[in-house]
Amino acid sequence: MTRILIPSGALGLGYDAEALDRGIAAGPDIIAIDGGSTDSGPSYLGRGVSKYARSSTKAEWKGLVAARARAGCPLVIGTAGTCGTDSMVDWMADITRECLTELGLSARIATLKCEQAPAAMAAALREGRITPLPAAPEVDAEGVAACSHIVALAGTEQIAAALETGAEIVIAGRTTDTAIIAALPLMRGDHAGAAWHGAKVGECGALCATHPQTGVLQLDIDATGFTVAPLAPQAACTPQTVAAHMLYENSDPFILYEPGGHLDVTRATYTPQDSRTVRVEGAEWVPAPAYMVKLEGARRAGFQTILLTLVRDGRYVANIRDWCAQIEERHAARVAARMGLNAGDYRLELRLIGVDATLGPLETAAPAAAEVGVLAIVTAATQEAAQDIAKLLNPLVLHHPLTPQEDQPTFAFPFSPPEIDRGAAWEFCLNHVLRLDDPMSAFRLEVHDA
Amino acid sequence: MPEIGQIAEKVRSKNAGPFWVTIDIFCGNDAAFRRIAAGLPTATVAALFHTTPDAIKRFDIADLAVVKFSLPRPQIQGIAADRDMHGAGWGPLVAEIEIA
Repeated sequence: MTRILIPSGALGLGYDAEALDRGIAAGPDIIAIDGGSTDSGPSYLGRGVSKYARSSTKAEWKGLVAARARAGCPLVIGTAGTCGTDSMVDWMADITRECLTELGLSARIATLKCEQAPAAMAAALREGRITPLPAAPEVDAEGVAACSHIVALAGTEQIAAALETGAEIVIAGRTTDTAIIAALPLMRGDHAGAAWHGAKVGECGALCATHPQTGVLQLDIDATGFTVAPLAPQAACTPQTVAAHMLYENSDPFILYEPGGHLDVTRATYTPQDSRTVRVEGAEWVPAPAYMVKLEGARRAGFQTILLTLVRDGRYVANIRDWCAQIEERHAARVAARMGLNAGDYRLELRLIGVDATLGPLETAAPAAAEVGVLAIVTAATQEAAQDIAKLLNPLVLHHPLTPQEDQPTFAFPFSPPEIDRGAAWEFCLNHVLRLDDPMSAFRLEVHDA
Repeated sequence: MPEIGQIAEKVRSKNAGPFWVTIDIFCGNDAAFRRIAAGLPTATVAALFHTTPDAIKRFDIADLAVVKFSLPRPQIQGIAADRDMHGAGWGPLVAEIEIA
C-alpha cells in the first residue's frame, strides 16, 4: 500500500494547514502537488513564467518543505511555475533553497527538466516522430521552430527516475497531472489501474470531495484498488463526488491517455466505506506499443492594444452594430491612408460587452442592457503599430455620429489614455505527441544537495 | 417549455485542454436524467455550436445522472478571436436550451 498526501489542486491555491497536519500524522509515503496547467492560457508558457505570485508560491511551499521534514517522506511538485519550463524549474529550485535556509533544514533536491529545443522539434516533425492528436492546430516545421517554449509532458517513468536518486524534494517541469501521484505506487508494485485512476481522482486535491476548497486529500493505493478521503473534517468523499471528478476537464470521462498507455475506468466501482471515505476498484491500465509524450508549445502572435468605450445613449445602444460597422469602415480607411496597412496586416475587433462578448456568433439571447461596453482589441505585428492603430480608432469611438447631420456625440472613456498596451499576444500551436525510444531521452535529471 | 437549467441541478462548461471544451449536465436525479437524455438530441447541441453532430462526443452516464458533451473549442484557447479563456461561458448556452 502507498499512502499519498495531496495538499491541494495546485501550489498557489492554498491549503488547510490543520488538515495537512492530520495528513502528516497519518504517515504518508509521499506528498505530491501540482504546480500548473494550460488552463490559464498560452501566455505563461509563451513567456516561461508563473501565474501565481512568488510570495504565495513561497509561503505555501515553505509549509510543505517543513511538513516533508516532519513526515520523512519525499515531496514532489509537477509542472513547476504554471508552465513547467526550465526557467520555472530553476525558479522553484531557488525558492526551495530559500525555504530550506529559512527553516534551518537541508535536503537532496532532484530537478527534472522537460523543455525541448524548438529547432529539434521542427526536425522531429519533419522526420515523422511528432504526430497530431484530435483537434490539433495546423502547424508546419517553421511554425514549430517559431515557438518560444516547447515542453514535453513527463510521465511516471521520469518521476520514478527522480525518486530513485534518493531525492527528498523533486521539482519537475511539465508533467501530466497524474504522473507525480501514480509514480511511487507503480514503483512499489501496487495495482497499475488503481495507481492511475487514484491519481486522476486526486490530482485536484479535495475537488473530488464536498468542500473542495479545503484542498487536502489522502489517497491509499494498494494491490486491488484505492481508498480516498479528504482530510478537513467538514469535507467528505462520496461515490458521486469521486466518480464525477472523472468528468472534470476531461473530454472523455472513461479513457485517459498517458505516456506509455491509457487508463480505462469503464468497469470501475465506487463504494462508500464510511460517510466520508470511498473505495474504488476495477480500473484497468492498458500499455501502448510505443512510448509517446505529449508536447505543448506556444509562440508569439503579435502585440495587442485594447481600448474600452462605454455607450449609454439609448439610440446608440439600439443601433450599436451599425455604429461599429461605420467606425470599422472609417478606421480601415484611416489606417490604410496614414499607416499604409491593409486588412491582412492587423486585426481589429470591436467586442460588444452586454451584447455577445462571451459567446460571439453563438449567442442566442437578445441583449437587454441599458449600456454597451465596446472593447476594441487591436492585434498587430509590433506594439508600436498596435498602439498607433488604436490611436487612430480613439476619435471615432469617442465622437462618431450615427448620421452625418446630427450634433457630434461623445461617449464614455473610463481611462486616460484609453489605449492600454497588453504586450505580446501568445498562442498554443501544438496538440501533438512525440515518440521516444527511451523515456528519459527527452528529459534531464539533476541532483543537488541543499 | 422549460430550459435544461431549470430541470438539471447544474450545467457547467470547462476547457479540456486548450483545444477541447467539455459540458457537463448534472441532472440531479434519474427522472431528470431520462428526460434530458431523451429530450436533448446531439444535433441540437451541434446546431448551437455551429458544428455537426459527428464533431461531438456524447456520454449519457446513468449512474451519475450526467449527460456530457465534448467538442473542439469554437476557438482555440487564447488566440485573438477567443473570448473565454477557461471555457466557462458555453455552459449557460446549453442550460438555456428548451426541452419537452
